[in-house]
Amino acid sequence: MGTFIIRRVLVAISVALTISVVSFMLLHLSGDLATSIAGPEATAEQVERIRVDYGLDRPIVSQYLDWLGGALTFDFGRSYYYQSTVVELIADRMPITLTLGGLALALAVSISIPLGVLAALKRDTWIDRLALLFAVVGQAMPSFWFGLTLIVVFAVTLQWLPAAGSDGWQHFVLPAIALGYYATPAMMRLTRTGMLEVLESDYIRTARAKGLRAGSVIFKHALRNAVIPVVALAAVELGFMLGGSVVIESVFSLNGLGQLAWDAISRNDYPVVQAVVLIIALFYIVLTLLADVANAALDARIRTR
Amino acid sequence: MPLLDVNNLRVDLPVEAGMLHAVRGIDFHVERGEMLCLVGESGCGKSMTSLALMGLLPRKARLSADRLEFDGTDLATLSERRRSDLRGARMAMIFQEPMTALNPAYTLGNQLCEGLIRHRGVSRREARERAIYLLGRVGISAAKERLDQYPHQLSGGLRQRVMIAMALMCEPDLIIADEPTTALDVTIQAQILRLLRELQQEFGTAVIFITHDLGVVARIADRVAVMYAGEVIESAPTPALYAAPGHPYTRGLLSCIPTPGRTLPGSRLQAIPGVVPSLVGDVKGCAFRNRCPQAQPTCERTPPLMSLPGDHRARCHFADRPVPAPRQPETMS
Ligand SMILES: Nc1ncnc2c1ncn2[C@@H]1O[C@H](COP(=O)(O)OP(=O)(O)O)[C@@H](O)[C@H]1O
Ligand code: SF4
Ligand SMILES: [Mg+2]
Repeated sequence: MGTFIIRRVLVAISVALTISVVSFMLLHLSGDLATSIAGPEATAEQVERIRVDYGLDRPIVSQYLDWLGGALTFDFGRSYYYQSTVVELIADRMPITLTLGGLALALAVSISIPLGVLAALKRDTWIDRLALLFAVVGQAMPSFWFGLTLIVVFAVTLQWLPAAGSDGWQHFVLPAIALGYYATPAMMRLTRTGMLEVLESDYIRTARAKGLRAGSVIFKHALRNAVIPVVALAAVELGFMLGGSVVIESVFSLNGLGQLAWDAISRNDYPVVQAVVLIIALFYIVLTLLADVANAALDARIRTR
Repeated sequence: MPLLDVNNLRVDLPVEAGMLHAVRGIDFHVERGEMLCLVGESGCGKSMTSLALMGLLPRKARLSADRLEFDGTDLATLSERRRSDLRGARMAMIFQEPMTALNPAYTLGNQLCEGLIRHRGVSRREARERAIYLLGRVGISAAKERLDQYPHQLSGGLRQRVMIAMALMCEPDLIIADEPTTALDVTIQAQILRLLRELQQEFGTAVIFITHDLGVVARIADRVAVMYAGEVIESAPTPALYAAPGHPYTRGLLSCIPTPGRTLPGSRLQAIPGVVPSLVGDVKGCAFRNRCPQAQPTCERTPPLMSLPGDHRARCHFADRPVPAPRQPETMS
């Protein structure tokens, strides 16, 4: 287990480095940064001054190494637009995105797993079909559209919950539902398939042969094994949700990382863009790593190897 | 009153081609503390019979019986809840595949103890003590340490010993062992077999031992019931069956028991030429007719279960009289 974790961590670090190189290069090769920072009305001298001021005239490799050196000490420079450092901006916005992602995941897990178990137990009945319908709708519906529907129904018409802002927990309910629904179908279907497979297995027959109660057979013996791949998927889905919160944050005017990235891109605020891209990538990497470790911890065959 | 009394048990499975009659009206009984060997070729309905007794049939299977009594309790009409009170407590089962029969997620101790805790309400500590004692009894060393191991850390033979210990946890009256040695090495097979026989005698547990091997295995039983195509075609006390088999199929099985060193293991049952009839739909006349060396025109009628001296029965028109002169093989002119 120890070497397993060390190996995965090394892989994660190299993936993170690769992503930082690729994103840096893509940004710098996508066009002349000095021109886009200076804006369409700038004169040639102004563009040149910006190029020198921002260090964009130096070789790209040394620019990257500078940036990487900073990043390793959590120094991503200053925003071109806001009067603050990139780290301050991110520290300010991150809690909102993490709250949203965490709530959405909690919601997705607490709906998809029971629903998946129920669908498996009631296989081929109307309950199973209803769950499937729920999943198909969830997979087919764009999240911004679902978010807007929620706003129209619960914020505008019923006026139960606020439509925009991030001051209290009420503000997170609708966006978390909108974002969490997106992750629910895949997890539900994986739970259902896993349960159907496990319920056919020999050790479930053994558990029943011992006369264990239905609850013990289903939850202790079946779900414990069926849920292993779902845990991994949940971690990956959380990564997607953090990345995908750009859309939901703008629909609900939540000032999170997604909104920050969106604003930074439209304002050519490159230090912010680069930092957010790296951070979202790091989320993915850490979550995938956690998924692997959780998988191993749940699976005795890997854990005790 | 026998411990287990089965009369006209049928198990039907809907399949694409129609209704598969996996068990076609079988009768047998098991006395307290005795060992009954249920023997027959693969696919003859042994597992379906044992699952029917345990109440663990596949969901789509249909069961019917004129009588299905365990210690005076009618199993066929018992609610699933009452049934689960019996399972593991008074009737236990050992399966063919030790490699997959244990849950990979839990320790052996956990899986050994949970049945006893469920049925007898004992504390975990008491349950562990019994588990340690039984692991020792089934020949597992360092039993205490084993309790914290996971199934994948044990060999197949050890896992099957664990399954035996697990079956004994609640001191059941009946253990059904469905080909418990088939998946194991030949040497391990013999050890497990001896162990089961010893424990059965020591604890006075009745055992239904299921096997496809009429050779060594069946000889350790008190009585043998031979199955063919979903029917019990012969049943008798073991000595009577070996001394005077009443059914041509049993005779065929006995005549192809290998002589050590001269027959390949596993080849014995293929030694009777021909194939088992399809169990989908009705079987007309004697099910063994197409393979029987003594088949007569009479055999197109379903043979009755003939009583022979002693507690001996065989389902053959000619079980109680000399076989008429064999029919000339059609291929010869
Ligand atoms: N789940 C199932 N669905 C349909 N048919 C089955 C199923 N399991 C077994 N059968 C059929 O039932 C018959 C009896 O099977 P089984 O009791 O497993 O035989 P045995 O244990 O003697 O080898 C066989 O013809 C087999 O193909
Ligand atoms: S009834 Fe006829 S075919 Fe069947 S076993 Fe007896 S002799 Fe053979
Ligand atoms: Mg079988």
